[in-house]
Amino acid sequence: MDQHQGQHQEHHLHMPHGPSEPTHHEEHIVSPKIYLLIGTALLILTATTTAVSYIDLGAFNAVVALAIACTKMTLVVLFFMHVKYGSGLTKLTVAAGFLTFCVLIMMTMTDYVSRAWGRW
Amino acid sequence: MSTIVTLPDQSTAMLPKVSYLNKEYGLKSWLLTGDHKRIAMLYLISITFFFFIGGAMAGLIRLELLTPPSDLLAADTYNKVFTAHGIIMVFLFLVPSVPATIGNFLIPIMVGAKDLAFPKINLLSWYLYIAAGIMMIAVLTMGGVDTGWTFTTPLSTHYLSTHVVTAGLAVFIAGFSSIFTGLNFIVTIHRMRAPGMTWFRLPLFVWSHYAASILMVLGTPVLAITLVLVVLERTIGIGVFDPTKGGDPLLFQHLFWFYSHPAVYIMILPGMGVISEVISTFSRKRVFGYTAVAFSSVAIAVFGFFVWAHHMFVMGISNYSALVFSLLTMLVAVPSAIKIFNWSATLYKGSITFETPMLYAFGFLGLFTIGGLTGVFLGSMGMDIHLTETYFIVAHFHFVMVGGMLMAYLSGVHFWWPKMTGRMYPEGVSKLAAVITFVGFILTFFPQFILGYLGMPRRYAAYPPEFQVLNVFSSAGASVLGVGYLLPLLYLTWSLKYGKIAGANPWQATGLEWQIQSPPLTENFAETPIVTHEAYDYEWLESKKGSEVPTVG
Amino acid sequence: MDSHTVAAQTAETGHIEHTHDHPAFLRHHFESVPQQREAATFGMWLFLLTEIMFFGGLFCAYLIFRNWYYPAFVAGSHTLHIWAGTLNTTLLIISSFTMAMAVHAAETRVRKALMGWMIATIILGCGFLCVKAYEWHDEWVEHHVPGLNFSPVSFLHPTKDYPDDVLSLDMAEKTQVYYSLYFAMTGMHALHMIIGVSLLTILLIQAYGGKYVEGHVAPIENFGLYWHFVDIVWIFLFPLLYLISRHQ
Repeated sequence: MDQHQGQHQEHHLHMPHGPSEPTHHEEHIVSPKIYLLIGTALLILTATTTAVSYIDLGAFNAVVALAIACTKMTLVVLFFMHVKYGSGLTKLTVAAGFLTFCVLIMMTMTDYVSRAWGRW
Repeated sequence: MSTIVTLPDQSTAMLPKVSYLNKEYGLKSWLLTGDHKRIAMLYLISITFFFFIGGAMAGLIRLELLTPPSDLLAADTYNKVFTAHGIIMVFLFLVPSVPATIGNFLIPIMVGAKDLAFPKINLLSWYLYIAAGIMMIAVLTMGGVDTGWTFTTPLSTHYLSTHVVTAGLAVFIAGFSSIFTGLNFIVTIHRMRAPGMTWFRLPLFVWSHYAASILMVLGTPVLAITLVLVVLERTIGIGVFDPTKGGDPLLFQHLFWFYSHPAVYIMILPGMGVISEVISTFSRKRVFGYTAVAFSSVAIAVFGFFVWAHHMFVMGISNYSALVFSLLTMLVAVPSAIKIFNWSATLYKGSITFETPMLYAFGFLGLFTIGGLTGVFLGSMGMDIHLTETYFIVAHFHFVMVGGMLMAYLSGVHFWWPKMTGRMYPEGVSKLAAVITFVGFILTFFPQFILGYLGMPRRYAAYPPEFQVLNVFSSAGASVLGVGYLLPLLYLTWSLKYGKIAGANPWQATGLEWQIQSPPLTENFAETPIVTHEAYDYEWLESKKGSEVPTVG
Repeated sequence: MDSHTVAAQTAETGHIEHTHDHPAFLRHHFESVPQQREAATFGMWLFLLTEIMFFGGLFCAYLIFRNWYYPAFVAGSHTLHIWAGTLNTTLLIISSFTMAMAVHAAETRVRKALMGWMIATIILGCGFLCVKAYEWHDEWVEHHVPGLNFSPVSFLHPTKDYPDDVLSLDMAEKTQVYYSLYFAMTGMHALHMIIGVSLLTILLIQAYGGKYVEGHVAPIENFGLYWHFVDIVWIFLFPLLYLISRHQ
């Protein structure tokens, strides 16, 4: 009888009970159709970025190339890496990584960009 | 002198029959363990070993600096000695000190879990640490490296023929040890808290380690790639840091300090976590402003990423960029100050007793404040251009790291020693050691502020004769400090066999770790705890007194 | 067999049977499979954060030197084979697709499909490495390997395809910086690809034994995250190294 009650308690504890445990089961399965769609989009974007590099847009060549690369990255992150269907924590983690990378780049650039400005 | 220590009746007390220490026997059970507590003990032994090697290097430095000429060590040898001191103390002692020993031991218990999220990665982390340590010893025996712990280019890449590559790789490996520890902590704290253990019921020790872990995960990889580039530059000659090939030596410094500034917060935050726990316990009061202290830990971590170029004010960065970094440096001091205010407010009207961990904590409060304030002086660019590369800097970082962090580490080791080993250390000699350490520290490092202010450069084996008196004070202090650090090694080892049996909660402290036996079971808790009370809830502890139960709440 | 009966059995036999709630792959320090899976995925994401910062240092260096030595970077970029870069990008994108399908197969518990998609990913990954090896050999032949056999001579005279790519001696020497970053970045990326292909081969062998089609999806899922990340790094390397103004 004791054991039975113990088992009940244990069973109760198996439902989402800790504040740190996921309250929903991460079992959303992304359909292969979506993968195919995203994969095709990525290939089209690759062709685009290669083609555009042959057109003279001056300084905008770099901007367009990076914009396309960022778009491709976003598609891979959201769909292939399931972040769109993931928890808030996953999204926060990705954002944190991206932001720290930006801090590294931008704050280092404050030095390089302003060196040529000379003294005060 | 009153004390809150409550030990079980020594005539009948015994260590628990089963604990993590005697669950399994044999070298293999230790070297292949997944138990976070055993890994913490492995780290404790290794870290102590490297601390004393780094300390021996410090002894050589202070011996040489007794006299103005470079008479004990040739200049090149002196360079190798302070480089070894720096690399070992920073990467093999300070960075892993609290997280890898006390953190590894306590984080799972404090959140109410059976182990860290990834026990195998935890063990791997220790092996990486050992590999890094062995490589550093190899560097020392092969003739050393003399770049300074900062590996500044182009000295390290083009002008030296010492073992820069091996040392760089050793630090690279140590970095991954640190990354894996931090990764483990973050996942454990997010995903393995016991029922009822909300974020704001966590001990502040956990918050500090969470913040430090974020820094470990995001900052250390940049050090890794920097060292890889230095190795490539030295071996193949790729040229990214070589002006003759179009590279920029300053790029190295940007990338190096992008990690190494957050690194100082990696080093101090866990120590601050210890101080929160110790001050609360020995004032019998909840930490004043829990939320402020918790958020200030995270704020230190975030702001810590924005200020690295304050190590480079005189190196050739633009004035405009230096201005930005100087302003941001002023900002990063604020969260640290908030913590000092809150700890002081915790002490106010508390029932203070002066056991050894509290003595170290008081030492921390005073010395870290001085060190931190001098950091603000240095953050102001106008002051820094005069004080940089002098002994003022050396004094500043030793105040925060030794007067601050090392004292916090010793405080933590003493505070949780009864929990980790089941035995108390001898209180009399430990108090003596704490006082000796404090006195020795001041004698060693305070004169260095004056020396720096007067203009004595750092990293010099020889100095002008007018600086000798202060240097002699400093070296004298170092010998006292050495005694102060040697004593704990001796009496703590002694206590393993002869110390009094401590029982589960000798300090009458709150926290899940004090509700379980000393030393703990391998699985920590007999049943998963269910947390219903806030952190530092001394009223709850009073109401619970007298009934030692395996579950909590 | 419900858990009540199992509990009774446990007491009698003294060992833990594997139930629906406690499969063999559930580690003892986790309370449930979803918790373990979430923790593993979170851990892998944190590892990927370290990789972002690791490559970040290289991208930072790239940004600075491209600004300083733009003509050298343009000339250097022109010597890379655009067909190789585009082909490699295509191979990696398709391999990301096949890896995602492999995760799907593990989730829907189809062993043959899982293995098939994993094999496809391995083949595509190896294809990428072969093209890379060919390119690197080409750089070696043309004396474009910094530090080892670098010579700026090819930039001092006009070539058939890019007659305007003549640089002054000073700027021609700076192409070594471009190639340093090219080899450092593609080399680091290739190292990650080699590690990835090796790990995937191990996972394939384990999948053959039926390991990942009984609910233990996490290793395949998390390896997939790693693989997609390595793909993303290449997604940026391709325009930054190969497509610096092809119109000039």
